[in-house]
Amino acid sequence: MSDRVPLSVRLSQRGLDGVTLLALPALLFVIALFVYPFLYGLVLSFKPKVGGLFANYVTFFSDPFLYSTIGKTLWLAVPVTLLNVALSVPVALRVRLMRRQRLLTTILVIPITLGTVLVAEGMLNYLGPRGWLNRFLLEFGLSSSPVRLIHNYWGVFLSLVITGFPFTFLLTLSYVTGIDPSLEQAGAMLGARARQRFNEILLPLLVPGLIVTFCLSFVQAFSVFPSAVLLGAPAGDTRVISVAAYTAAFEDYDYSMASAIAMIMAFVQVAIVVALLGAQKLVYRGPAGGGKG
Amino acid sequence: MRGRMPAGERLWATAIWVIVGFFVLNLLALIATVVVSSFGTRWLGTWLPAGFTTRWYASAWEEFQLPDVLLTTLEVVGAVVVLSGVLGVPAAYAMARRDFPGKALLMLVFLLPLLVPPITFGIPLATVLYRAGLAGDIGGVILANLVPTVPFVILIMVPFIQQIDPRVESAARVFGAGTFRMFVHVLLPLLAPGILAALLLVLVRTIAMFELTFLTAGPTSQTLVVALYYAVFAAGVRAGQSIDAMAVVYMVTSLLWLLIALRFVNPTQIVTRGKRAG
Amino acid sequence: MTHADFRALHLRGMSRDFGLLNALKGVDLTVERGEFIALLGPSGCGKSTALNCLAGLLPLTAGSIWLDDKRIDRLGPEDRGFGMVFQNYALFPHMNVRRNIGFGLRMQRRVKAEIDAKVEEAIRLVRLGAQAEKLPGQISGGQQQRVAIARAIVVEPPLVLMDEPLSNLDAKLRLEMRAEIRRIHNLLGCATIYVTHDQDEALSLADRIVVLRDGQVRQIGTPEVLYARPAHADVAEFMGYRNVLPARAMRDGGIVRVSVGQATFAGTLVDDVNDGPALAAIRPEDLTPRDGGPLAANVRTAEYRGRDFYGVAVTADGTELFFRAEHRVATGETLHLGADASRVLVYAA
Repeated sequence: MSDRVPLSVRLSQRGLDGVTLLALPALLFVIALFVYPFLYGLVLSFKPKVGGLFANYVTFFSDPFLYSTIGKTLWLAVPVTLLNVALSVPVALRVRLMRRQRLLTTILVIPITLGTVLVAEGMLNYLGPRGWLNRFLLEFGLSSSPVRLIHNYWGVFLSLVITGFPFTFLLTLSYVTGIDPSLEQAGAMLGARARQRFNEILLPLLVPGLIVTFCLSFVQAFSVFPSAVLLGAPAGDTRVISVAAYTAAFEDYDYSMASAIAMIMAFVQVAIVVALLGAQKLVYRGPAGGGKG
Repeated sequence: MRGRMPAGERLWATAIWVIVGFFVLNLLALIATVVVSSFGTRWLGTWLPAGFTTRWYASAWEEFQLPDVLLTTLEVVGAVVVLSGVLGVPAAYAMARRDFPGKALLMLVFLLPLLVPPITFGIPLATVLYRAGLAGDIGGVILANLVPTVPFVILIMVPFIQQIDPRVESAARVFGAGTFRMFVHVLLPLLAPGILAALLLVLVRTIAMFELTFLTAGPTSQTLVVALYYAVFAAGVRAGQSIDAMAVVYMVTSLLWLLIALRFVNPTQIVTRGKRAG
Repeated sequence: MTHADFRALHLRGMSRDFGLLNALKGVDLTVERGEFIALLGPSGCGKSTALNCLAGLLPLTAGSIWLDDKRIDRLGPEDRGFGMVFQNYALFPHMNVRRNIGFGLRMQRRVKAEIDAKVEEAIRLVRLGAQAEKLPGQISGGQQQRVAIARAIVVEPPLVLMDEPLSNLDAKLRLEMRAEIRRIHNLLGCATIYVTHDQDEALSLADRIVVLRDGQVRQIGTPEVLYARPAHADVAEFMGYRNVLPARAMRDGGIVRVSVGQATFAGTLVDDVNDGPALAAIRPEDLTPRDGGPLAANVRTAEYRGRDFYGVAVTADGTELFFRAEHRVATGETLHLGADASRVLVYAA
């Protein structure tokens, strides 16, 4: 007769029982279709069609046509994300005071829902040489010749603003509304003016959320694909890294090289996100409420 | 603060509304051009087309095999919605109700497919699916689309389940309900609003999901958004207006579901979990 | 600490109109320097609106606010220089206790040595020496409360506003902080306006109590007056006169007799009531079983509250009476309840 507690009881005391197993199918699914392909891609990138272990990476970083894609993508993604975050903060701070926010948030969620392909088709029409915008500029004498806003850098830039700003704004708004309004009131009662309240109270509480917002927005902008092809110059200024990866896989059928480029893309994203989240550790990260702890 | 605004602050507020207004105006104009063009006859160098017609819809219907594409879209979206519910909700239940070693790591694994952009993991994923012979048809498209939606359902449902008092379930057991009856009569009705919201969001996102479908679809397994991409990409081959007609069909499909979804969720939830739904 | 010199704060017809609930209809009040005023009323009566209007967080729709002869209702909150303690304390979560308390002084751009000295004094005043370097999230509710008070008073405001500051604390801590708030008020000599829905708090803290109902002032008076002689039946009910009984009044020489159902007894006239329908208000603690008590009623429930029993009894016509008894009473027992004439307040119906 042993007094040993049965295994199942000991396991369930650690939170492992039938209910926990419900997570298993989803876990297996994510491992099979996310983790495994990623690792597979990583291994595949070291098995180039020709050459040694690092041949793909050597090719990428020695061919200006390939390595320049990193710079071109960053040159798009960083300014767009900075602009979107910089616009989102004042707009979110203003919208938070509105009673009818829902109409605006609904309008802004439309471009996210429609997606980049439809926005690209709309922009081709609207910003094209015969589109409404250029008509307006010519008619009112604001420009003497049609302004070229598509099939170049600005086409992609604007499409990233149109789909990216609502995303950034809605994220920022959810952080801004998470700050207890009585904190700002307390600041005002203690003599802080609008600018001081922003600098001393709102901004320090917002910074952690803004860093997360920046990361998510940046990662999206960095992986820009359909609009770079449809609205940009996919052979020139807007040959972004995802275009290079896609070309390698589906036009050159070099899956090994395509995997290498995807890994480089992931690496750049991770590097920037890790750097920013590291910076976040240096600032206050806690609840943005003023209430009892 | 809320009192009378000083001049500087009022100027600042005006500037912000001008920016927002400019953005919304351009956004609506951009959508309007597509709609107007799809109904226009000849439109060259004028504010509006010379006349209006619906014939582009008929030609788009034929040229782009819209019936097939719509059917495929319906099948893909339907399968993705059902399967992500079946896989995601039980996992969310486990994550919300149990504390076990490695839970934080598991959550991270579930979060990654949402944080990594689809084009980044889509290329290795498509490679694996092609090697396994799964890509190119509708099964591969469904599998690829499930990769971000299963974690998405988990992320939305965990806080929703956490706010349901577990004592309700204990009470049902005390009153003699077995696991199955407890699930059907107690848990399911309580979870239904959350599941509905999560699945509607999955639906809206899957209709618009371009990258993963694009990378894994073959000629017969294109969804509406991918077919639209190919049409725009090959613009010039066909009349611009019939592309616009197809764009309008796509727009109506996705906005219709957006409107339905917005009856049950907050617009912010399409991007985030919303106002700390916990 | 010395406070900005002022004699009195005047509210003249202060109004705030936004919908039915929480509106404020023409509040007149003068607060002297050094006074402790409690704004008392049920939820939705407009007491928090009044406080926010005073603070400058809500603009008035009519009326004015004067600090001596200076009109201040058009100033923003940052220009009024009042201190405020918020219901949820509203401590800045990213600043430690010391920086929270020093915030107002920093906004006034005082020199560092002065700030340090005043913050140190305030920390000592609220007895938070050991917590000075901690963040608000790391200290207890009572300590957060002290930080909120210190932060409001360190700038030496002429007026300190407190919005139900004790409602988030447990019962024991509430009593402790009540004494603490009064101690600090006495030390500083500023005026304090304190919003609460708890009449015990108002009675024990305030020099004068302002009872608000539906956005209007119903009565202003010392705690003693409000306790013993509420001006209206509704104020009486709010102040703990749980028995407000429909009655008939009959003047009888210097006193008034009231009849409730079949019973008739003597009361004290508050309103100028003619013979006829009236209301009789009696506190449960004043309604006791006695020989020849006029109100016969059956005990429905009774509970021991230490020292005394409190209970509910029902008369033959179904009127519920809240009473006090010195000895144990049994359910179903018939009591003859009565109250002293000075404790039966008679109001116009």
